[in-house]
Amino acid sequence: MTERIITARWDEPDTVWIDRYLETGGYAGLRKALTMTPAEVIDEVKASGLRGRGGAGFPTGVKWSFVPQDTGKPTYVVVNFDESEPGTYNNRELVERDPHQLIEGAVIAAYAIQSHHVFVYCRGEFLWPGRILARAVAEAYDRGFLGPDVAGSGYGVDLLLHRGAGAYICGEETALLESLEGYRGQPRLRPPFPAVEGLYASPTVINNVETLCNVPHILERGAAWFAGIGTEKSPGTKIFSLSGKVERPGNYELPMGTPVRVLIEEHGGGVLDGKRLKAWTPGGSSTPFLTAEHLDVGLDFESIQAAGSLLGTGAVMVCDERDCMVDVTWRLLRFYAHESCGKCTPCREGTWWVSRVLGRIEEGLGRPEDLPLLEDVGGNILFRAFCALADGAVSPLSSSLRHFRDEYEAHVRERRCPFTGRGPRPEEPPAEEEAPPPRRVVIPLEEVLR
Amino acid sequence: MPLLQGELGEAARRIVARYPEGRERSAILPLLYLVQAVEGRLTREGLREIGGLLGITTAEVEAVATFYTMLRLRPTGRHVVSVCTNLACALRGARDVYEAAHRAFGMRHGQEVSDDGLVTVHEEECLGACDAAPVVQIDFVNHDRVTPERMAELAETLRRGEVPAPSRGEAPRDFRHASWLLAGLEGEPPEGLVARDPSAGSAAGSAGGRGSPPAGTGPAPRTDPAAPADPRAEEEAG
Repeated sequence: MTERIITARWDEPDTVWIDRYLETGGYAGLRKALTMTPAEVIDEVKASGLRGRGGAGFPTGVKWSFVPQDTGKPTYVVVNFDESEPGTYNNRELVERDPHQLIEGAVIAAYAIQSHHVFVYCRGEFLWPGRILARAVAEAYDRGFLGPDVAGSGYGVDLLLHRGAGAYICGEETALLESLEGYRGQPRLRPPFPAVEGLYASPTVINNVETLCNVPHILERGAAWFAGIGTEKSPGTKIFSLSGKVERPGNYELPMGTPVRVLIEEHGGGVLDGKRLKAWTPGGSSTPFLTAEHLDVGLDFESIQAAGSLLGTGAVMVCDERDCMVDVTWRLLRFYAHESCGKCTPCREGTWWVSRVLGRIEEGLGRPEDLPLLEDVGGNILFRAFCALADGAVSPLSSSLRHFRDEYEAHVRERRCPFTGRGPRPEEPPAEEEAPPPRRVVIPLEEVLR
Repeated sequence: MPLLQGELGEAARRIVARYPEGRERSAILPLLYLVQAVEGRLTREGLREIGGLLGITTAEVEAVATFYTMLRLRPTGRHVVSVCTNLACALRGARDVYEAAHRAFGMRHGQEVSDDGLVTVHEEECLGACDAAPVVQIDFVNHDRVTPERMAELAETLRRGEVPAPSRGEAPRDFRHASWLLAGLEGEPPEGLVARDPSAGSAAGSAGGRGSPPAGTGPAPRTDPAAPADPRAEEEAG
């Protein structure tokens, strides 16, 4: 097994403090970067092949190189610490255990794009991790790793910690910028991309926490070293957040390309209670479910895509044979309906309708025509909204219909949930179940879609 | 009397000064947290003052405030108990914990504040700590692997007027203190200035009853996160 890189300091609680961070080689990557030109730093990160860990997998160095230097406007680095993808919790632990690693990576990014302003957008619910980071930021100012003269180089940078206030959509980078500028967190149409017109309409690099945590190591140990880990097209390690029905859930840093079976069985101790695995997500709820057939697939961008899903955030949630996939999908669609920002009609209305139809199937009130109906509505959400939230909502829906259609059919046929026994009660006629909530007018779905 | 004067006015000005010149509007979330820390939730008066400070209308401030779930425009208990019921927690029994929270505080579904004004129970989306499922936050700090029994213990501790120790880190004193910290401020909201608490007591209890179905009809009602209560529909308390 290869060494751990970005979680190497996790065994030592004291590394949340700058003294121990420095003793264990901290800020060496930044010192190295400051001896190079900004362009050389970008080239080094490009050569490493580091790809964004927030879900999209875009090459980090390439993203940095898109920032124009001749606009006459300031440039900004924004750290996306709004980790909210269901099942994902590596950013939180990275900051709780090793906050200076993130600060170091962010300062290197700022130096590379010649920015003097770093904003960290910290998820509001992360009250404690945010306080750890605030303490680390104060230490970094004290020791001269932030401020007007970073490590005696003459280069100056400021870092501002900004808290969100509870909105999944703000993890989407343009919604995050809207929120940071003081508006409702609703996505912007792209182009222009943030690299050209981002925060305050100025060139902006937005990077995920895990991405930036890799950067100091790349600078310190070289691009070739990093590129030699993982797979050719997905170099480095990735922290996989394992949760759900496994014996030992947790964050495991493994080389990209590690088969998911190794993650679940060797590291996670196997499926809970020795049950059979039914389904798993490779990268949070917005990535299509895979099944027991896919356990030998490697966890890297290309292999997961070839298997019909996406690596996303590397959040592996495991469902076992006892779990009802209609119920699971219903829960996730309620999440998307709740978190849809309301800007785009297909997402706002579609997620809500889909969650209603899933609910009636789960509760034994589904009709045979509901299955094609779900596919139809899903097809009308996909690729028809500003941002990826809508597409993410379709992932669990379409993949569970593909892999577990028999479960949907059993619900409709038996008029109850075969797993929970949930079904309509005699004293409770279906019409009452269909009653609309106060604010909504319910039009039968088939009429809307005709 | 304006809220943001004296010490609080100074805190508000410091918050605005964090952001680049001409970009003061970026301070809106921390300012909303500041007002929430003082008032226990956001009232129209508080929104108006923020608008005045930033040079925008109250409606613009309200538009932002209503977008975010951690900003509360409705009556709110002394503590906010958030129970994650998203998938990773649901697979580990979160639904039972959510029900246990209601039982422990004697609350109906849809009731916003317990009758004694102590808590607001909130069904939460993924809290980003799925290895510790099911996760509960009290005033935004985490309690790991909470069983229904543990939920009852946590409730008992709160009822005694104590704050249960979180699984990691330090717990804020209450929801207002949490809001103060989220505004990026240190210490605690200054006592004495913390005067208005529109949510406490019986007013909150009666307000919470609205929108919840009558007891004893049909199965236990699901809360439908797709159709949250509309904060704008509420009359200003007091």
